[in-house]
This record gives sequence, structure tokens and C-alpha cells, in this order.
Amino acid sequence: MSYLFQETAFARRQRTLLSLLLPLFFLSLAPWSPAQEQSDKPIPILTGNVGTFSFVTGGQNLIDTQINPVLLVPLGDRWLIESRAEFEGQFQRPPAGGPYGGPVNKHVDYAQVDYIANPYLTVTAGRFLTPFGIFNERLYPVWIRFLQPDPLILPIRTAPSDGAMFRGGFPVSTQANMNYALYVSATSIGIGSVDAERQVGGRMGFFFQGPRLEVGGSWQKTLQDDRKNAFGFHMSWQPSKLPLSVRSEYSHAFEGSGYWVEGAYRLSQVRFWQKAMRRTELVARGQQFFVGAIGADAEDALGLPSANTREADFGVNYFLRDGMKGIFSYGRQFSPAGNFNQWSFGLAYRFLIPLGPTGASREAQ
Amino acid sequence: MNFNFRWKVLAALGTLALSSSLFAGSPSAKREPKEAESAAVVHPSDADSMRVEGEKRFHANCGRCHATPEKFPPRMMGTVLQHMRVRATITEEDRRVILFYMTQ
Repeated sequence: MSYLFQETAFARRQRTLLSLLLPLFFLSLAPWSPAQEQSDKPIPILTGNVGTFSFVTGGQNLIDTQINPVLLVPLGDRWLIESRAEFEGQFQRPPAGGPYGGPVNKHVDYAQVDYIANPYLTVTAGRFLTPFGIFNERLYPVWIRFLQPDPLILPIRTAPSDGAMFRGGFPVSTQANMNYALYVSATSIGIGSVDAERQVGGRMGFFFQGPRLEVGGSWQKTLQDDRKNAFGFHMSWQPSKLPLSVRSEYSHAFEGSGYWVEGAYRLSQVRFWQKAMRRTELVARGQQFFVGAIGADAEDALGLPSANTREADFGVNYFLRDGMKGIFSYGRQFSPAGNFNQWSFGLAYRFLIPLGPTGASREAQ
Repeated sequence: MNFNFRWKVLAALGTLALSSSLFAGSPSAKREPKEAESAAVVHPSDADSMRVEGEKRFHANCGRCHATPEKFPPRMMGTVLQHMRVRATITEEDRRVILFYMTQ
């Protein structure tokens, strides 16, 4: 009985607090209002990428064809509805021979509503990409990533989140910007189940404009069972004097830990065959994964290696035109479960289709 | 545990509300609309320097993740940059200057 009374008191206090905080929250949004010319009003667009790749892993060929449409619907200057779906077919020849066949996976990666509250805060609600590290949120699309095989640690704490997120980026000095993301999520475990995996987390990064260096960290805590913590670090660096890009991530969680470091060097400074060299990029990645405490089957189910693993990959990307690149890579994986080679080649393309009148350019006006 | 979770959500919301109201009330935040308005009407002498600054910020921000895309019509670029504002957490000022550069 006293528990019930306590609950009522708690609920009442929560309601009171909420009624005080919500108006304050929305009042805080009022002073900022970006002005925009009518001719520059953003329009809905359909963008995304298409890719077809052949992965030869330990002698087994897998044809991976995927389309990832991204729908962006701005509602005025402050609201944005965005969603990305993934349709991915993975086709293999059966061991006994015969035509290629396999499953076509379809799922929604994110479907979210963003409210740009002020220059410091954007509020997001719905299903969103979990901001743990940088690969999942920023580098995942096939036209962006340096190498097509996923980093080994990608499945660590990067399942989509369902809930709310607060994020933003702003200058903290003339030389540095800060970016942050804080989120709460309660993702339903299965259809017909009332259970949910609840978690809170955040990511913070600093971008230093002089050296063009970004460093940051991520944290996530599950809110049930053993209330486990996970954390990670990331960095990205583009020296201004070289057409080089280096980035790296480290993740540590109950299910495993590891890191990757990758670099891409555009051959634009090479003095011969300049037209072709400007479009060519050499890429490489080194990575390592250490198994966690969840057992080999669970690691496998999550898409993580079931044994400690090291991998090195090298490749070449050739940009045929804007948003379209041909890729080729070779990698070798070393693990107690067996060493093998991994070859990949294919084509990635980014498309962008306006879903409304695009308006004339300023020069034409 | 449910209560703890709700209290934590409330605390987070409270902190954000307070901090955002403080930021929004600060002089720099109040300056923002004027800066945004001035972006629409740029003196020719300023246009060049804004273009240079836009290119610099474009390479610093966008080049961190992907190769240089071609320029798209202004209304498309507006959407793309609104998306990037959220996805890549670029600052409002960077968004404005890059939009200027990408639509010239």
C-alpha cells in the first residue's frame, strides 16, 4: 500500500516536473528563426545509393546487390523527416552446384523526425542510427566507405535505436567545433513481445579546423539485466597539404572489443596520367577484434567473429563520375578459426532525385 | 527501475531545456537571425571571400566523410545541408556558408 502511495507521489512529482520543463524547453526554441529566401526553400528529395559487389571469401563467391533509398522531406526550415531503407540481396551458388540464389533482406534503417530547435540543439524522435562511433552513422553508405567489407567491430552497439535523441554542433572557439548526441532508446525485442531493450548513450566530438582533426568518444549503457556499459573512441584526420584521409575507431563492450584504422590517398598529386590519377584512390585498413564474454554462438548471431581476429585490407577506388565509383580490394583475415583471403570488386553509385521544383540558380535570377 | 529510468529521462530533458534556454538567450544566439538574413543579400566584394570560406569549410566538414559531390540546384542543396546539419552535426554557420558556396 505504501508502495502504491509512493508511486502516486512519484508520478505526481514527475507530472509537475514535466509540466514545468516542457514549456521551458519549447520556450527556449522560440528566439531562433533562420530567414530564408522563398526561392531557396528546401524541397523533398529521394537520394541513396545502389551497389553491386562480388565478395570472394575463402574461395566462396557471394554476389551482393543492394539499394538503399533515403527519403528527405523538409517541412519548413526547422523540421525534417528522413528515412532510409535497405534492400539487399545476397546470392551464392549452392555447394552442390546450380544457379545463384539467396535471401533478399528488407528493413528500415531509420525513420525519424528532426526538429532543429536552435543553433545548438536538434531534437530527433523515431527510429534512428545509434550514434556509437562514427562508422555506423556517417561512413556506412557504399558510396562513402573506403572499403566495402564492414569493419569487424561494426555490430558492436550499432543496432538502430527507437526513442529520442538530442544532438547538435557548435563552435566552442574560433579554432574548434564541438558536436554531441545524447539519446534514450527502448527497442522492442520481438513482434508480440512487450519486452524492450532500453539504453541510454551519447557521443561527443571535437573538430579542430586548423589541423582538420576530429577526436571523440561514445558511451552506452543498457538499462536492464546487468546494466552493462560500452564505450568507444574515434578520430578522423585530413591533412590540408595532402589528399589523404585517415580515420579510426575503437569499441569496447561486453560482446567484444576491437579497433580499425583506415586511410585513403587520392593520387591527384601524381604528375603522370593526371586525368586518371585524379580519380584514383588507394585505400587500406588494419583491424583487430577480441572476443567478449557472450560465447561463440552469440558472437556469430550478432555478426561478430567467433574468435580473436586480425585483418588487413588493401584496395583501389576509381571515381568514374560524381557519386559513382568502381572498387577493388584484397584482404586477409587471420584467426584461430582459420586464415583466408577476401577479394571484392564492384560498383557503387549515389543518386539524388528532386521531388519538387528545384528553382533556378542564383546566377540565372 | 522504471521510476529510475523515468527520472533519468526527466533529468536529461531538464538539463537540455535549461542549457538550450541559456544558449538561446545568449547574445550570440540572438545574433543568428541577422547573420542568416545577411547571407541572403551579400555584397559583391563579400561574395568572393564568402565563397573562399565556403570552399574551405566544405572541404573541412564534408571532406571528412566523402568525396566532393557536384553542385545541385539551391533548393536541393538546402535539403541536403539540412540533412547534413543533423547527420554530420555541422554547425549552423558552417551550413550557411557551405550552402552559399554550393549554390554559386
